[in-house]
Amino acid sequence: MAELPNTEERLTPDTFLRGLWEENPVFVMLLGMCPVLAVTSTTVNALAMGLATTFVLVCSSLLVSLLRNWIPKQVRIASYIVIIATFVTIVDYAIQAISLELYAALGAFIQLIVANCVILGRAEAYASKQKLMTTLVNSLGMGAGFTLALLSLGTVREILGNGTILGISLFPADFQPWIVMILPPGGFFVLGAWLLLFNWLRLRKERKATGPIGVTADAR
Amino acid sequence: MHAEPLSLIFLDAAIVNNFVLALFLGICPFLGVSAKKDTAWNMGLATMFVMLVSSAAAFGINWLLTELDLLFLRLICYIAVIASAVQLVEMFVKRFSPALFRSLGIFLPLITTNCAILGLALFQTTKEYDFVQSIVYALGAGVGFTLALMLMAGLREKLALTRVPSVSQGAAMSLMLAGLLSLAFMGFAGLGGSHG
Repeated sequence: MAELPNTEERLTPDTFLRGLWEENPVFVMLLGMCPVLAVTSTTVNALAMGLATTFVLVCSSLLVSLLRNWIPKQVRIASYIVIIATFVTIVDYAIQAISLELYAALGAFIQLIVANCVILGRAEAYASKQKLMTTLVNSLGMGAGFTLALLSLGTVREILGNGTILGISLFPADFQPWIVMILPPGGFFVLGAWLLLFNWLRLRKERKATGPIGVTADAR
Repeated sequence: MHAEPLSLIFLDAAIVNNFVLALFLGICPFLGVSAKKDTAWNMGLATMFVMLVSSAAAFGINWLLTELDLLFLRLICYIAVIASAVQLVEMFVKRFSPALFRSLGIFLPLITTNCAILGLALFQTTKEYDFVQSIVYALGAGVGFTLALMLMAGLREKLALTRVPSVSQGAAMSLMLAGLLSLAFMGFAGLGGSHG
């Protein structure tokens, strides 16, 4: 159970920034896709979901990190799930108290934060091995990355599907909204399009790195 | 609400409000284990089994917690039951088909964090289904999940043989495919009556 001290990460800016870009939970690791697709039909919902998930992620990571030497290895997944479920229950009641409208819009997906693999993944892969401070910073970064991904989907879908952003109309009255974008297929399409964009950027960078004479890696 | 015929509940869960393609539940295994048809089939069956067990258990728990006035414990109890059911399936599969156990890999324990199952338990509570209705709902959801998984696996098996632009390889292409499937399933909207 005792961890070697050198497996613990030193606190660097990268601890935070990694979650935003390099290891973005949604765009790079493809985790937690269900809320990403389901509640991003408007920007407000996306933001609320992002913040709620970040709260649960940070709190449960902290608690897991605190208890890391007391949780027996055999029952760790079950213990993590119970910890996560506790915080989700808190968030669930809090949102109900703050805004019933938002609660209705997010529906069952608040309670489904329990089943968000980003959180369990962080608990298992990071918080259970690291010190409190690094865990706090890292989970904040991951939460920010998750919120960023939700927002980038939410804004695109709201602008295209509804012609508005944060409820403010963007286009002249004769704009025909692409209704399909706020319906389920739109979620898949927009996320697919973001991934295409990132793939394209990555490929372009790789090509530049190999230089004009170098043979590029992809044979197609 | 209680008069809803069983056939409609089944149809609604399996096709009209398909858990994967219309409600976005269980996307992770949907993208993760849909590369081959036989793995997808087994994954679908395992998930359906867990769904049936946890649906029946969730019905009992909800009744008990309502009696005891402890509803805030519902979420924790549901997830604990699901985790145990998954453990059961895992032991069963490991014992009777080690090959299958290997091919499902990490996705078998991850059924616990398959939100389709927790979602099912929560929805049946919100919809106030009685016991038989809950079981039919779980069956429908399981069939719908397997259907979506199999459709996706069939498409991806074909896709593996074609040449796609290098920029769209991998997850991006899968998501576009899922979008098209979801678009097709929208054609069923309105068949089942009330929406969840």
